This record gives sequence, structure tokens and C-alpha cells, in this order.
Amino acid sequence: MVETLGNLAAGFSVALSPPILFYAFVGCVIGTLVGVLPGVGPLAGISLLLPATFGLDATRAIVMLAGIYYGAMYGGSTTSILMRIPGEAASVMTCIDGYAMARKGRGGAALSIAAVGSYIAGTVSIVGLMLLAPPLAAFALRFGPPEYTALYVLGLLVLAYMSSGSMLKSLAMAALGLLLGMIGIDQMTGYFRYAYGVVELGDGLGVVPVAVGLFGIAEILATAGQPTPPTVIKPKLRELLPSRQEWREANWPIWRGTVLGFFIGILPGSAHIISSFVSYAVEKRVSRRPEEFGHGAVAGVAGPESANNSATSGAMVPMLALGVPSGPIPAVMLAAIMVHGVAPGPLLIQQQPALFWGFIASMYVGNVMLLILNLPLVGLFVNILRVPYPYLYPAILVFATLGVYAVNNSVVDVWIMLATGVLGWILRKLDFETAPVVLGVVLAPLLELSLRQSLAMSDGRYGIFVQRPIAATLLAVGAALVLLNLYAVARRSVDWRAKMALAEKGEAP
Amino acid sequence: MTTDRVAGIGLALFGAVILEESWRSRLPLGSVAMPGPAYVPAVLAVALLVSGAIIAAQGAGAPRLGAVGWQEWRHAAAIIGVCAFMALAFERLGYRLTVAIACVLLLSLVERKAAASALIFAASMAFGTYYLFDTLLRVQLPRGPFGF
Repeated sequence: MVETLGNLAAGFSVALSPPILFYAFVGCVIGTLVGVLPGVGPLAGISLLLPATFGLDATRAIVMLAGIYYGAMYGGSTTSILMRIPGEAASVMTCIDGYAMARKGRGGAALSIAAVGSYIAGTVSIVGLMLLAPPLAAFALRFGPPEYTALYVLGLLVLAYMSSGSMLKSLAMAALGLLLGMIGIDQMTGYFRYAYGVVELGDGLGVVPVAVGLFGIAEILATAGQPTPPTVIKPKLRELLPSRQEWREANWPIWRGTVLGFFIGILPGSAHIISSFVSYAVEKRVSRRPEEFGHGAVAGVAGPESANNSATSGAMVPMLALGVPSGPIPAVMLAAIMVHGVAPGPLLIQQQPALFWGFIASMYVGNVMLLILNLPLVGLFVNILRVPYPYLYPAILVFATLGVYAVNNSVVDVWIMLATGVLGWILRKLDFETAPVVLGVVLAPLLELSLRQSLAMSDGRYGIFVQRPIAATLLAVGAALVLLNLYAVARRSVDWRAKMALAEKGEAP
Repeated sequence: MTTDRVAGIGLALFGAVILEESWRSRLPLGSVAMPGPAYVPAVLAVALLVSGAIIAAQGAGAPRLGAVGWQEWRHAAAIIGVCAFMALAFERLGYRLTVAIACVLLLSLVERKAAASALIFAASMAFGTYYLFDTLLRVQLPRGPFGF
């Protein structure tokens, strides 16, 4: 504990240096903008700004990108509460009760509760990250290829299980992503695979063009041509203070959302989105007045907003401790630090203490910045929504193309972005989730390499995966999830994932 | 046809294409004990083929393809076309000219905005983003044959 506090103090000396403070501030402002703007999620925001971090050192780059990530969680609540338009997917649940509060004249109170809840969740969850990541990294030093193979398989199974709707569809999407991730040169033999003569595909499909295409371009294709957004409800500054009763009603949902969000954040998947859905369901279940949900329940804002912020810190645990991204956003952030020659993995915390602890400390500072940005300056950010969508989406399209091109200075990446954008649009129409595709693309080369290394180690015997306790445990957990899903299918019951899918479509379960 | 039937058939076809390409390009399959470069892709392709077939077979109750709502398809097709133009022109015409033309195309032809506002917006985007990213943030952006 003393050692942790000492490391944290050293981290603050990095985080409070003017350049780091500046990049944390820039990240928080951009993140808030990204969260406020409908159609631009944190993933698209991080991907677009990735090339701009190439000229920075690894610490400044990761501090700025993380600021965008958790800044988007704060900003996303603004449009949800004042316009009933989720700025990003994790704020969908906030639309329901946040907008109902705004229509009752309590929009300012809803914004304050969302911002304070996000602040508490953001700050407390960093403590969890700080305490959990170093021991997990130390434990992960025992991992060899069989353990990593089992971990990747478990990651894909958990993602498929946590996805709303059919697990079969999610697994099919993961298989599609894995296949796309195998395009390019085979790392063990040097064979050129599935590239159809395109030399630029030798290094495989980049995670940035795939992620921007599947999320950013697909969103633009789906929403372009929509009518002008509805009128914005603008609360006055003096209306921002919630009443004592509202604070009381927000208290426990904030704490429950914080704990729930952090642990869901550690799991693979779109954690910040899932956590807000689960938190809303939990708050409705434990509430003494569940009939208030949908009509302006304070807990319906406080819980999900705290959960999605807490999940961002949770998602950093496997990223920093194991070097394994739990979803597309951590994957892009890992790509950002790898550009600077920093190798992700269990040794990161030992070898790059200034980066790790400076990053942790900057998250504390960033949360304070965001609280200031998102309360008194909320009117400023809301003004951006006055830009008509016919002008907004061409700008987003230009930023997306620029961001994707600049990663490798390659037009092939722009074509990949376009192709995956069309694929993502069609998949959304057909009711398929696209997050497993991105995770599949990221994990494909790692999974295939570790599998083949494991078999080389064991002379071709698959028993190695059950003889090593860590690998066996991880695979057993994965098998249990598959069995749980099969059980639900056999009983034809509407479990929580099916309810979540219905809620996403706006249908009552 | 329902959405699940279309998706299932599409996924199964993709799996079949991967298998055909593995066969056509003579990638070594290896063995179960020592997988070659085609082994894992082939296993995944078979898995995709099977899961696609199951999704299609179970898809009778899914919504019909026409019921999903494709009303934005004209806009989407125009945006795809403009994106394709950007990919083709980026290194041929340079960043600023490409972005300016793309913005004018989107605003005047797709969104039917006045020519003056489309031109002002296009010029602001092209030169503003170039200044921000290339000049200030030092992200190398392509220059065209006319030097910009």
C-alpha cells in the first residue's frame, strides 16, 4: 500500500507537469465534444486523433486519448438529457429518464447528477484500477502461449455472451472478424494469405480503418438524410443545483453504478454500453417505486451515467496489466502506445512506471477538469448541436478519412474503412452486432500465433490446454458461458441479454 | 426473405469463399497437431459456414428484409460514392482539392444547399483541417500536382 502511494505521488509529479496537464485538458475537451455530437462515439474520436499523437511521447499520447474516452462518457449525457438523442451509445439509457426530467423542468438537476455521478464513479474506479492492475500484471507473468490462447478464446466467448441478442450471431461475427484479421502474411511461415495480390494488405487489416468504418462510417450511412434534430432544452445556470431529495435519491445508484461499471468494464466487450444497460435494469429492480422509471426517475440517470464512466477505468485493467484489449477502444489505445515503441503486456508497469502511474494520476486530474467543463460550460457545448446535420456529417466524414489515411499514409486503409463502413451499415440493418468483428480483427493474429506456439511446445498435443491450471480454468469459464447460453435457449426464456436487446430497440421486454 | 436468412446465407458464402481461396492459392493446411497457414482460417471458415446455415435455417421468424426500412439508401449511396472519390483522388489531386470537391459534392448535390454556402464550407474544411493537422500537428497530408 505504501509502495502504491509512493508510486502514485510520483505519478502526480508527471501528471501535474504543464505539458501533461495541457494534453489531458485537450483530451477532455475533445472527448466532451465527441460525446455531445451524435454519431461520433469515443472510438471514432480516438481513431481520428490517433495520427495527431504520433509527434508526442507515449505518456502524453495515452493521457490525451484516455481523456477523449472518459470525456465522451461525460459529454454523452448532455444530448441525452436535453434532446433525447444519445451523444454516444452508452448514454442510451440516460435518454429515458434524463429527458423526462428535462421536460419537467429538472434538466439542470439531471445534468448535475450525471456529472457528479460520473465524477465519483470516475475517481473511485481509478482506485480500483490502481490497486488491481499491478498484481494482475505480476500474475500474468506466469502466462505462456497456452494461457494466452485460453485468454483470447475466453475474451471472445465473454464478448459473445455479454452481447445483446443471440450468442450464435455474436460468435458468427467474431469468426468473421477473426477471418478478416488473418488477411496478410502468416507470422510463422511467411505465406501471403487472402490478399488477392494487394501488397499493402501484407501487414493485415489495421484496427483503426476497421473500427472507424464499422462504427463511424456505418453510423453516418445510417443517419444521413434524417430531419433536423429537435429543439434543445437549455437549462439556466441557477437550475443546475439538484434538490436535497434528488441528491438523496441519486446517492446509492451512483455507488452501485460505480461498482457494477468497474467490474463489467474489466470484461471484454463494449463495456461502457453494457454497464449502463445493466445498471438501469438493476436500479429498476431494487427501486421501491419502479413505476417512476421512464417518467423522470433520478436513479435512472445516476446509475447508468456512473456505470458507463466507471467502466472506462475497468476497461484499462486488462489493457494495462495484460496488454490484452477488452474491446475496440482499448485496442486503438494500445496501438497508440505501440507506435511509440512501448510494448504492452505484464512488464509495462515495471518497465514504464512513469507512463503507468502518470496515466493513473492524470485520470484523477482529468475527472476534476471534466466536472468543471460539464457543469458551468454545458451551454457552450450544447450550442454545437445547433450546427445542422447536413453540415455536420460531411465534416465527420472528412475527419474520419483524414484520420484513417494518416495512420499509415495509405489509401488502401481508406478503402478498407469504406468497405467496413458499408459492411457495418448492412450488419446494423440485419440486427447484427459489430463489436465482435473488431475484437476478432485485433485478436486473430495473436490467437493464431499463440495456438500454434502452444502446439509446437507440446509436440502437437491439445492436452496442454487442460494440463496447465490457468489455461484450463480460463477455458472452463468459457465453456460454462456457452452452457449457460444453451440452457437459456433450451428453456426459451427471455434472459437479461434478450431484455437488453429489446430495450435497445425501444421495445418493452 | 427475412433479415436472418439473408445474413446467414451471406456469412455461409463468405466462409465458402475463404475455403475456395485457401484451395486455389494452395496454402498448406498442415495437420491437427501442426497447423499450417490455412488451418485456422479453414476451421473458422467452416464454423462460419455452419453458423450461417443455422442462422438462415432458424431465420423464418425474423423481420422481412423490406420491413427493416432502407429509406436512407439514396443518401448512403451518395456518401459511399463521395468516399470512393476521396480514396481515388487523395494522392492524385492532393488533400485540399479532394476535400473541397467532396464537401461541395455532398452539400450541393446530396443536401441541395446553396452553392455559396457549400463553397464557403468546403474551403473552410479543406484549408482549416489542413492547417490544423498538417501545419500545426505535423501530420503529413498529400499534396497534389498543383502544389496543394
